[in-house]
Amino acid sequence: MKVFSKPQSLTDAPLHYCPGCTHGIIHRLVAEAIDELGIQGKTIGVAPVGCSVMAYNYFAVDMVEAAHGRAPAVATGLKRCMPENIIFTYQGDGDLASIGMAETVHAATRNENITIIFVNNAIYGMTGGQMAPTSLPGQVTQTSPYGRDVKTAGYPIKVSEMLSQLDAPQYIERVAVNNVKNVKNAKKAILKAFKNQVEGKGFSLIEVVSTCPTNWGLTPEKALQWVDEKMIPYYPLGVYKDKDAEGKGE
Amino acid sequence: MSEKVLMKGNEAIAEAAIKAGCRFYFGYPITPQTEIAAYMAKRMPKIGGTFLQAESEVSAINMVYGVAGAGYRVMTSSSSPGVSLKQEGISYIAGADLPALIVNVQRGGPGLGGIQPSQSDYFQATKGGGHGDYKLVVYAPASVQEMADYTIKAFDVADKYRLPVMLLADGTMGQMMEPVELPDAEIKEYDKSWAVRGTQMKREHNIINSLYLNPEELERTNFERFEKYALIEKEECLYEEYMVDDADVVLVAFGIASRISKNAVNEARKQGLKVGLIRPITLWPFPVEPLKKAAEHAKGFISVELSMGQMIEDVRLATECKRPVALCNRTGGMIPSPEQVLESIKKMLSEVK
Repeated sequence: MKVFSKPQSLTDAPLHYCPGCTHGIIHRLVAEAIDELGIQGKTIGVAPVGCSVMAYNYFAVDMVEAAHGRAPAVATGLKRCMPENIIFTYQGDGDLASIGMAETVHAATRNENITIIFVNNAIYGMTGGQMAPTSLPGQVTQTSPYGRDVKTAGYPIKVSEMLSQLDAPQYIERVAVNNVKNVKNAKKAILKAFKNQVEGKGFSLIEVVSTCPTNWGLTPEKALQWVDEKMIPYYPLGVYKDKDAEGKGE
Repeated sequence: MSEKVLMKGNEAIAEAAIKAGCRFYFGYPITPQTEIAAYMAKRMPKIGGTFLQAESEVSAINMVYGVAGAGYRVMTSSSSPGVSLKQEGISYIAGADLPALIVNVQRGGPGLGGIQPSQSDYFQATKGGGHGDYKLVVYAPASVQEMADYTIKAFDVADKYRLPVMLLADGTMGQMMEPVELPDAEIKEYDKSWAVRGTQMKREHNIINSLYLNPEELERTNFERFEKYALIEKEECLYEEYMVDDADVVLVAFGIASRISKNAVNEARKQGLKVGLIRPITLWPFPVEPLKKAAEHAKGFISVELSMGQMIEDVRLATECKRPVALCNRTGGMIPSPEQVLESIKKMLSEVK
């Protein structure tokens, strides 16, 4: 009896991510959701610029590589010409919350029927650990070597809270993948975000609080603790908007 | 034969695009091309197409990239400052070898510039525009009829060679009204097996991408793309010659400048001066051969442009600097008069003898 296997929606390509990075878990959760909904053959993913730039090699679905921050606009084009297909973007914090903020907000306010997986690890990983729009106050990075000074660098952007103020979006939830319980919740949220699209409900964004042991300068284990101690208190987990629960589902 | 209707150049582009099978338009308002968006907003919902006013030019071109990746005919339009914003996306579309139409109804620059007609985006359109090694096929229509005809042609060429094509017009071409005939376009089917439309569990996944971290691989994709460009130079170059055979002075002009130049040629001929005109219809590929041939007998060339002189560099290259090349120009939204062109013809004739 088979008790465990790789999701069909992942390819056999070995992941390039650093040890302890949670991208691998999140990729798996996305692939499981696609498998469970039986939508692999009609799903198209949009990869960002950032650590997950090569996600197009890992998902066994048609993929498009977008310019930095532009994934929601690319996804909009894809969805508008193929409304029956399932379109998701997979984006990091620099991509989604800095250079691509306009694309994010406007896709949300159009209630584009797409699914966004937003991976927030409070740092630019691929370029070697610079300050992100979500870096915490006081967080030391390559471009905030004395710690993020909110007086000059501003405050972190709480994407889920901000987007939930819009009238349009269907579903916005923040989850984490730093322990088994949180991974299970994350799986449920990601599955729901895809299911919403299958049912034509509209824009769903799942913010996944993630790690970057390499650029945080922590061991994988300590990085998971840092999520609990520093990240989650600033970025509380939970459902920020769910039109179904509000009885306003479309 | 379909009947002739009176249309603005901008509207002719929009209707021709629909005739060419384009059902997806993404844009952002900017003068002097907004009629294209307005026309699409009205028409697209009636024919099952999509009109979407994007949050920015940057988003609009990336929506185009998405639809182009799925292999459907798609376009965007803008004017100079907006086209600058689109350059990032155009580079990605070129790098991923996707077909799409980008319309630039040019206005004066640089910066916010003005809203009057200009041809000062010639360098941007013909020399790449965005980052990296790439080219666009660039059509320069000179009448409302040509706005329609080359829109249709542009979609076909984009599909045939899998590359972005630009229609480079200007404020005059966009705003003026002329009778135009819009016959149903013949839409050829091209192989779209590369497109992302879902694997349907029947094939390996397709990837639309311009990232190659291995430099040897990236170099190879560039070499292959330029083989395609070499073929396009051979097959797709278009131009018009007017009274060039015996001409002592050959004017070179495109778009609205070519119409003014034609008037100047007619006036010069009346006065017994041997003057002709070469009008590039494709700015890339640039009509090198007719210019080279004309350089065998012409004593000089005049590049007539609504810019500080951009195409003039290509005229010099094409004629291999064998003959003097002068510039007759206005810029910033100003348009040269036929009299100004005639004066520069006489000046050149007095200098070259």
